[in-house]
Amino acid sequence: MANISTLNSTAAGFDAVSPQVAGPSGRKPRKVLSRRNIILYGLLIVAALYYLLPLYVMIVTSMKGMPEIRMGNIFSPPLEITFEPWAKAWASACTGLNCDGLSRGFWNSVRILVPSVLVSIAVASVSGYALANWRFKGSELFFSILIVGAFIPYQVMIYPIVIILRELGIYGTLTGLVIVHTIFGMPILTLLFRNYFTSLPEELFKAARIDGAGFWQIYFRIMLPMALPIFVVAMILQVTGIWNDFLFGVVFTRPDSYPMTVQLNNIVNSVQGVKEYNVNMAATLLTGAVPLIVYFVSGRLFVRGIAAGAVKG
Amino acid sequence: MANSVSIRNLSLSFGAVTVLKDLNLDIRDGEFIVLLGSSGCGKSTLLNCIAGLLEPTEGQIFIKDRNVTWEEPKDRGIGMVFQSYALYPQMTVEKNLSFGLQVAKVPKPEIDKRVARAAEILQIGPLLKRRPAALSGGQRQRVAIGRALVRDVDVFLFDEPLSNLDAKLRSELRVEIKRLHQSLKNTMIYVTHDQIEALTLADRIAIMKNGVIQQLDDPIAIYNKPKNLFVAGFIGSPSMNFLHGELVEFSGKPVFRTNGVDFSLDGYEANGPLTPGREVVLGVRPEHIGIDQPEADREIHQAIVDIEEPMGADNLLWLKHAGHTMSVRIAGARRYAPGSQVRMSFDMRLASLFDAETEDRI
Repeated sequence: MANISTLNSTAAGFDAVSPQVAGPSGRKPRKVLSRRNIILYGLLIVAALYYLLPLYVMIVTSMKGMPEIRMGNIFSPPLEITFEPWAKAWASACTGLNCDGLSRGFWNSVRILVPSVLVSIAVASVSGYALANWRFKGSELFFSILIVGAFIPYQVMIYPIVIILRELGIYGTLTGLVIVHTIFGMPILTLLFRNYFTSLPEELFKAARIDGAGFWQIYFRIMLPMALPIFVVAMILQVTGIWNDFLFGVVFTRPDSYPMTVQLNNIVNSVQGVKEYNVNMAATLLTGAVPLIVYFVSGRLFVRGIAAGAVKG
Repeated sequence: MANSVSIRNLSLSFGAVTVLKDLNLDIRDGEFIVLLGSSGCGKSTLLNCIAGLLEPTEGQIFIKDRNVTWEEPKDRGIGMVFQSYALYPQMTVEKNLSFGLQVAKVPKPEIDKRVARAAEILQIGPLLKRRPAALSGGQRQRVAIGRALVRDVDVFLFDEPLSNLDAKLRSELRVEIKRLHQSLKNTMIYVTHDQIEALTLADRIAIMKNGVIQQLDDPIAIYNKPKNLFVAGFIGSPSMNFLHGELVEFSGKPVFRTNGVDFSLDGYEANGPLTPGREVVLGVRPEHIGIDQPEADREIHQAIVDIEEPMGADNLLWLKHAGHTMSVRIAGARRYAPGSQVRMSFDMRLASLFDAETEDRI
């Protein structure tokens, strides 16, 4: 009896194996150079060129001298590579009476950027944490008001803010602009942080409270170390947003404290003398370098941060 | 014995939704209480109120005869273990254990001593330097228990601690929690929806439904003498057999009649008079029905086997009789083919009668 059943099972075993001997079922994977792939990659390459071409033109133009630019071959590589326009854009291009190039705007922008980013992220992360975990009376209402704030167009608020800053005596100063950037960053950043902290298991917060940790202890020792990915996201948003800001910069500062974007505009739109295309291109690339670097550096950090945060506690 | 936790007229509502209704509960010192109920019955809410993580709308909570209704969780002398472990992911096991003590500014040597003791009790010594992500589910829950242990608390609160574990680990840790209770002799309040956990661990079980404790009793009493239909149906797997019918008088004695078939109630201990004409529900557990085991004093009913479910140790028969399908649990070795005739006898001493209208035990 036992033998027969063993035999049967062996026979069944062979049956199960035979399809494997016959080879895999289903279609074979396609060849690399199939028609489908050629069309797909062709389209991708064309799209990539479409976006890269202006950048290419800017880079090659910025490294040509003016006589070469006047010859009109905007796609041809520079016959003679020169970094003169870059140096001029940075150190000696004129805007109005100042002839110290973009460098002044760069340092102004840095002075605006660093405190704005730090303060707005610090305030928004604590607000988001409070809204997510410490449900105080009226917290929902408070949150709704904050979100509504995100939908009101900036232009509506410019004039009232000018008056407020004037009354406070900080109109035209970098401090004033920092405050404006911090306030305008609040709705979206608070939303970002609140949603992130809400997505963390509530039981962690409860456990910390049972352990006796207070508001700040929970924030600094439990929540903050777990929120690194969202801090990177907030940093990218704020750095690029504030660096690229033009409107607030032009409205709330004076010429000697204009941020880089405003100064770039003034250089490019300068009506005196000949248009120095190479300098303009170099100045534009210089101004765009900071957000670009932030994307390249923190983009990888960002992905790594998310991957690290994905481990369930 | 002194009361460890007392809950007086506790109510809690979120807006218009009332989660707990005028709830009273006295838990004795060193007692293991299980709050049992399906999801949404308010058992976890009650536990969170005791922990101080939710503020009750009304009522008072006493721990060790101290009114702690408005106290911070850390000052209540409680430790809590959560379903999702809630270990701090960025800290090592050691840091997880010592975090609460550090916050409370306990001196370092004392912290080390307590952590070492907890690690020894829970056998997590080799894991101290690891992070929670590098632990298995069972190890994480052990660490979570350890976090309550190091704080030297009066009352342990467990919020479905085993629900995230697989079946094997669950039964292992269940035994460990019971052993822990036997050696520590702390008061433990344990929330679960798993009746096996409730029956095996509890000194007393509080079965909850809609924010009200339906019955508070020791497991055997809950199992054998359920106070109402809900408790009777909730506890026991497979569920108790319920036969709807009425009480009638037959030769001077009350009998239960359903679909024209009479069941003798000899041996049933009623709480009150069994007045004829009353609409009732007879509840009999699957293992309280005998099959082909004639006993002199019991009535015999003929039934047909509908389905047989052999489960190894037990064999579950689904029988058709008097228009009802009843489950009967017999020893696994006794097999019956579907369609065969069997003789059933009911052990009325262990049966339950409920009023059909109030659903309370008679």
